[in-house]
Amino acid sequence: MSALSDRPANPVVGQTIPHESAGLHVTGQALYTDDLTVRTHGVLHAHPVQAPHAHARITRMDTEPALAVEGVVRVLTKADVPGVNDAGVKHDEPLFPDEVMFYGHAVAWVLGETLEAARLGALAVEVDYDPLPALVNVKEAIAAERFQGATPRMERGDIDAGFAAAAHVFSGEFEFAGQEHFYLETHCSLAMVDESGQIFVQSSTQHPSETQDIVAHVMGIPSHEVTVQCLRMGGGFGGKEMQPHGFAAIAAIGATLTGRPVRLRLNRTQDLTMSGKRHGFHAQWRVGFNASGRLQALDATLTADGGWSLDLSEPVLARALCHIDNAYWVPNVRVNGRIAQTNKTSQTAFRGFGGPQGMLVMEDILGRCAPLLGLDAMELRRRNFYREGQSTPYGQPVKDADRMGTCWDQVTKTGEVERRRNQIATFNASHPTSRRALAMTPVKFGISFNLTAFNQAGALVHVYKDGSVLITHGGTEMGQGLHTKMLQVAATALGVPLSTVRLAPTRTDKVPNTSATAASSGADLNGGAVKNACEQIVDRLRGVASSILGVHPSDVRFSDGTVTSVGGGQVIPWGDLVNKAYFQRIQLWAAGFYRTEGLHWDSSVMHGSPFKYFSYGVAAAEVEVDGFTGAYRLRRVDIVHDVGDSLSPLLDIGQVEGAFVQGAGWLTLEDLRWDESDRPSRGRLATQAASTYKLPSFSEMPEVFNVALLERAHEEGAVYGSKAVGEPPLMLAFSVREALRQAAAAFGPAGISVDLASPATPEAVYWAVAEARRASEHGHVTEGGTGVVPDQSTADLRPAHPRSEQATNAATAGV
Amino acid sequence: MLAPTITVNGSAGTLSGVDPSTTALDWLRSRGLTGAKEGCAEGECGACSIMVARPGDDGGTRWTAINACLVPAASLDGGEVVTAEGLGSPQSLHPVQHEMAVRGGSQCGYCTPGFICSMAAEYYRPDRMPVASADEHDHELDHEHGPNGFDLHSLSGNLCRCTGYRPIRDAAYALGEPDADDPFAGRCLAAPPALTSTRQEGPTGVYVRPTSLAAALDLYAAHPQAVLVAGSTDWGVEVNIRGARAPFAIGIDRLPELRTLDVGEDVIEIGAALTLSEIERRLDGRVPLLAKLFPQFASRLIRNGATIGGNLGTGSPIGDTPPALLALEAVIVLASTDGERDVPLADYFTGYRQTVKQPGELIRAIRVPLPLSGTTAFHKIAKRRFDDISSVAVGFALDVADGIVSRARIGLGGVAATPIRALATEAALEGQPWTADVARAAAAVLRQEGTPMDDHRASAAYRTATLGTALLKLHAETATPQEVGA
Repeated sequence: MSALSDRPANPVVGQTIPHESAGLHVTGQALYTDDLTVRTHGVLHAHPVQAPHAHARITRMDTEPALAVEGVVRVLTKADVPGVNDAGVKHDEPLFPDEVMFYGHAVAWVLGETLEAARLGALAVEVDYDPLPALVNVKEAIAAERFQGATPRMERGDIDAGFAAAAHVFSGEFEFAGQEHFYLETHCSLAMVDESGQIFVQSSTQHPSETQDIVAHVMGIPSHEVTVQCLRMGGGFGGKEMQPHGFAAIAAIGATLTGRPVRLRLNRTQDLTMSGKRHGFHAQWRVGFNASGRLQALDATLTADGGWSLDLSEPVLARALCHIDNAYWVPNVRVNGRIAQTNKTSQTAFRGFGGPQGMLVMEDILGRCAPLLGLDAMELRRRNFYREGQSTPYGQPVKDADRMGTCWDQVTKTGEVERRRNQIATFNASHPTSRRALAMTPVKFGISFNLTAFNQAGALVHVYKDGSVLITHGGTEMGQGLHTKMLQVAATALGVPLSTVRLAPTRTDKVPNTSATAASSGADLNGGAVKNACEQIVDRLRGVASSILGVHPSDVRFSDGTVTSVGGGQVIPWGDLVNKAYFQRIQLWAAGFYRTEGLHWDSSVMHGSPFKYFSYGVAAAEVEVDGFTGAYRLRRVDIVHDVGDSLSPLLDIGQVEGAFVQGAGWLTLEDLRWDESDRPSRGRLATQAASTYKLPSFSEMPEVFNVALLERAHEEGAVYGSKAVGEPPLMLAFSVREALRQAAAAFGPAGISVDLASPATPEAVYWAVAEARRASEHGHVTEGGTGVVPDQSTADLRPAHPRSEQATNAATAGV
Repeated sequence: MLAPTITVNGSAGTLSGVDPSTTALDWLRSRGLTGAKEGCAEGECGACSIMVARPGDDGGTRWTAINACLVPAASLDGGEVVTAEGLGSPQSLHPVQHEMAVRGGSQCGYCTPGFICSMAAEYYRPDRMPVASADEHDHELDHEHGPNGFDLHSLSGNLCRCTGYRPIRDAAYALGEPDADDPFAGRCLAAPPALTSTRQEGPTGVYVRPTSLAAALDLYAAHPQAVLVAGSTDWGVEVNIRGARAPFAIGIDRLPELRTLDVGEDVIEIGAALTLSEIERRLDGRVPLLAKLFPQFASRLIRNGATIGGNLGTGSPIGDTPPALLALEAVIVLASTDGERDVPLADYFTGYRQTVKQPGELIRAIRVPLPLSGTTAFHKIAKRRFDDISSVAVGFALDVADGIVSRARIGLGGVAATPIRALATEAALEGQPWTADVARAAAAVLRQEGTPMDDHRASAAYRTATLGTALLKLHAETATPQEVGA
């Protein structure tokens, strides 16, 4: 076992403890960025001027009428940008556009003494537009061949030989929707300047360092003049990885020009209409199986709906390609990817980051093809699992592949799957108007940023003379419990009680050059850095203790606030040792650093081992569908999920449950609709409020919800043997979608293949039931050679850029 | 008129100078009470939930959770408010806060203060009773009620994006009874805050809340363009989302004449300013069709504010009470300085968000004629089971005597510019035996009623289809087993 994954005796990691801020959360005392507004003197409020066209050129703008509105202080336009007029990292996102690229695009910002004054000022700004043709869905963009960014291809084996040898070849298409993050806290930044003009931005951001970078480049100043702090976020889910930067920059411009603090908080409608979402995708696929249902070949072309700018679309697409295999061995693979440019919000990171989209394509294929193969879908999935020694299509060995089978068998047993399937059959036979079904699906998800450079982290640990400890690290807290885990890691590494350690908010002047808190990597990366810093301090204290205890330094033990020799005897309280060390002039603080070892990735050929390890999980979901309406209930869910040796079980189970329900929301309920008519409102988001965009509520919670963490799951090479948890369980929700498909099919004759739209709303399920009842044909899956042929890119392939590149680091990143 | 006052977390304060368009949420936050959050500004997410002291059913006080983002701060004049900050502190957690904290009920924590207030209001609900152990089997079947009598629907207006809800449910179901010296429980024993008249002026307009119907009608006659505000669950959305401002608003939520409920021999009269929660409680199942409707009407947070008069006053085609009230053949009582007139609900709607209501006229009451039909149902088609807006809503009231449908009244919502009666379907049913064949034939008629549209909630085809299946579903659920097979 490596030192990184070793746990000492009586570790604080692994204990079941509540979120470190739980007491503040439940009493309303926890502060979020906008809660600082009332606590800050003289704040100005920013309000956007949003364009009422999906695509248009701005021909005239007059801000004078706004200045006539009482309480309006200033209107910010392109002319006010001191540095670069760009809010992104691909130089394709002008902060103030000349050309409106989506309905609701902010063309100017009004600063007012009150939000009401700013709002009225925004209404008064006069803007003339010259409307241009707009593409508002992925099919339109494909027809118009409007793509942006890289066109990666992932290949293995001989695709033609694979199909030639296959006993069954099927093909089809599948288009599925994206998802709004709907973090309960909308985007918010509060910027102010100090006496020397340095900028301090408090922002609800998952990526303070990049917020800092963008603010600096918009302001035309070096990064050391900008500090970004994030107290905590009211949810992020990827939506605050890339999107906060422009809003922070607007606030910073305003604060610099007025000398007053500027608050920019989007209301829900603004957040929904202006910020990016999960990418919807379109997929064309051909798949070959042998006579026993084993996958032989997969040819697919995935087209991501990127929206108006690239944002993170390239790495999202790369991850989609890297996860189309999900849990299944496919010897011959060719997958092409491309990014449609549409006149919609710039789609971005969202929990899973393309992984869910790639995996959904595969699970949809298996769900539709199983009946055509005459196989139970559960059996088809289980039969195709990776086995130890096999590799992914991009060449990475599937480490611990047997854990998928272990999870599967455990769910089958504890979920009483066989008994319940018999019960379901009985129920269905005796209920003419409703149907139940149970489906099981697996998850395999690669952990690490695809771009190797981002797999690094820093931390700062201070031990004060009285023995109290203050830690800071580069990760942000958005509810996932990262800070709680970091406190546990520090307490474990220092051998002190949890109460000895406090954590200070994430700030770029404490830990620089951080990576986004994203890709489920927060605890892996920052935990490694916190542990490293603590161990530096412990090593120094070891020397002090060894001379007191009269033992070799390596025989000193730090545990629960006491320091002893390995054989017991004299006990030195932690605080006493620290105090003695101070008087011996021993450095009592340390900066920690961590880099994930053993990663390599060549994005130009989509090959390598980009992931430190894979996370695994299996879910079984049972649903009941009402044949009159398509309405359904999620009766029971059983999950076994692999988080390694859990750092914090209460938090990890919370992540699994929350991700599952969020995934179920994406797949069944959450329904983004853009106006696709030719009216002037073309391109407008029709579901731009909580009343029209429905999140899961209590009624979508599984009525019985059993979640277990896989036991004996120690992960070598990760902090204290743990695994990442943020994203992978989201994809366990495929089980719900497949159960709905099977329940709909159960209204028809046995063995029928049913198409199911995504999201599978009650209406979508109703139409699936209708299709099953008609029973005149299977769904739109073609068997044989003349079905769907995935588009192949003809132009020279442009290499995928698996992660965002700053202008400044593009050269060094070497991609 | 006295300066407007308010008690927040036990401390008295003033609302002087607060603009009528300022919501209670913004006002509380401007005072530094930032526990309540704005998540959606339209009463959908509950992050702004607070508790207010409302009249109980027995002269006492009832802690009632409402959406602070929807109500004008001015409307809280004379009231008592409790926020998450007022329930407990990190050093001294309230029982609700304790259960939520230790069970992982918060992750990002942003929605949490709102959940705390909704949960605390249910914790103090006077008729919340632990389920007797003999009923344990039933309890298993009803996962929406805890063994402690906790009604999960009380949290239906609170959204959480992080937890998946299971730990919040477990926290709710683990709650015990308030201690004997619990100050919030103690408050419930005393009278509710007294009725006060309010006049609040600000830059955007005037808010006036009289204490008698006569005064309200005089005001309305003098200001026929005034906005009437009761629970503000609709008006609050107009203010927050569409930037509406009222130069003159009249608060009618506390008029005693609009807050009565009388069950007579021939008619039940429901005061227009009673909230849906109050009606649900006070009817207590007396009108089965309404009892079926209430749990499907928005959320508990909304029902605690929304009034039945308001749901009809907006004239919306997708309000949920009209289909039920049409099936009940309800009559609207309109009042003005000229007196009262009765309008059958079927004649009330004249166009999209338009009604026969004249300037200066307000809805005083809704009358439901007796006796009630024996076979009733409320079918709501929506994406989400809790707290959603109808794509299609159907209210059924059928009299079936000796197997024959003697009377059929069917109200529809979401399929036309106004709520409508399904008259052709009613005719197809009346006088016919209540058999599967008749249901099928009438269902084909029902499919053709209305003129459904495509929108983001549902396609016209789905609306038509579910109209068609509604009657089949009713028949399947109400007919005896032999009839199903017929």
